Amino acid sequence: MTTILAPNSADDPSAYRPVALVDLLDRVLATGVVISGDITVAIADVDLVRVSLRALVASVGTLTPTEDAG
Amino acid sequence: MGSMVDAALPAPTAGAWLHGVVRDAGPATLARIGGMDGGPVRAVSAAGLVAVVSTAPLDEYGEQPLRRNLEDLAWLERAARAHHAVLEALARRGPVVPARLATVHTDDERVARSLTTRRAELVATLDRLTGRGEWGVKGYLVPGATAVGAEPVTAGGVGTAYLRRRRAQLNAREERQRLISAAADAVHGALCEAAVSGRRHPPQDRRLSGASAPMVLNGAYLVDVAALPRFTELVGSLGGRHPGLHLELTGPWPAYSFVAERPEPALTVREPG
Repeated sequence: MTTILAPNSADDPSAYRPVALVDLLDRVLATGVVISGDITVAIADVDLVRVSLRALVASVGTLTPTEDAG
Repeated sequence: MGSMVDAALPAPTAGAWLHGVVRDAGPATLARIGGMDGGPVRAVSAAGLVAVVSTAPLDEYGEQPLRRNLEDLAWLERAARAHHAVLEALARRGPVVPARLATVHTDDERVARSLTTRRAELVATLDRLTGRGEWGVKGYLVPGATAVGAEPVTAGGVGTAYLRRRRAQLNAREERQRLISAAADAVHGALCEAAVSGRRHPPQDRRLSGASAPMVLNGAYLVDVAALPRFTELVGSLGGRHPGLHLELTGPWPAYSFVAERPEPALTVREPG
């Protein structure tokens, strides 16, 4: 079984389909900010601010597979 | 005159939220792209590259406010969508290296400096992404598709029968998990072969996704534009070959999953308790 979704960045506005937030967070969080560490730097000292999202992720729920397939 | 000049530099009031890096972007293009707060994005050019940034007032995007705001799901969604919209607009025009969410530099000069420092790596990434797009394939368990038959009628006492039945159930469940996980591995392997590269994100939690079935595959694939019809077809045929899996294709995405200099560790935050 396969579902092929319309491209979400199609130039045709009628084909536009908003991206699911959860798919977006997979990408901007998992490929983004350092999640494992707790790197926090003073914005005045270093050029890059990296924010730990541990608290956020914990507040949203686990991102591990649910194990209730049976 | 009476004006006094303070020796200390004034504290900056706005930083630069980095969206991504492209080879080139004209002012006319950027003027049409809405940034973090709806205002147009800006170009910071250096080393033959262009960083596309939004002005980020530090009372909202400075370290402490950002930390707070990122824990607010509504704020996070707004930020993620605004960031994504900029990257999508850029990706439609050519290769773009997406920046990590919440990458805020204190000023444009530092953005320019990081372009210069990381030029070779950024150029190599832009070359690698040219003519390619990221596609997502999610695989959900089809409920009941691999269901085992009714438990066998067994000889023995009630207790024995219960234990045997229970063991059979557990075995069947383990076997089912094994088969499904093997199917997900097989699908991922086949898709990787049709793609330039592939990686698996952790499966999504159903409380976040609202999906009715558990997810067993959350793959991202970097696909040549020319190979896209074949890739799409392959997703369809893999869906047919693995009736226990429901596959869903999303994209094209800006190449979020294929720009990290090194893969981040899997996100394995568990809920307490």
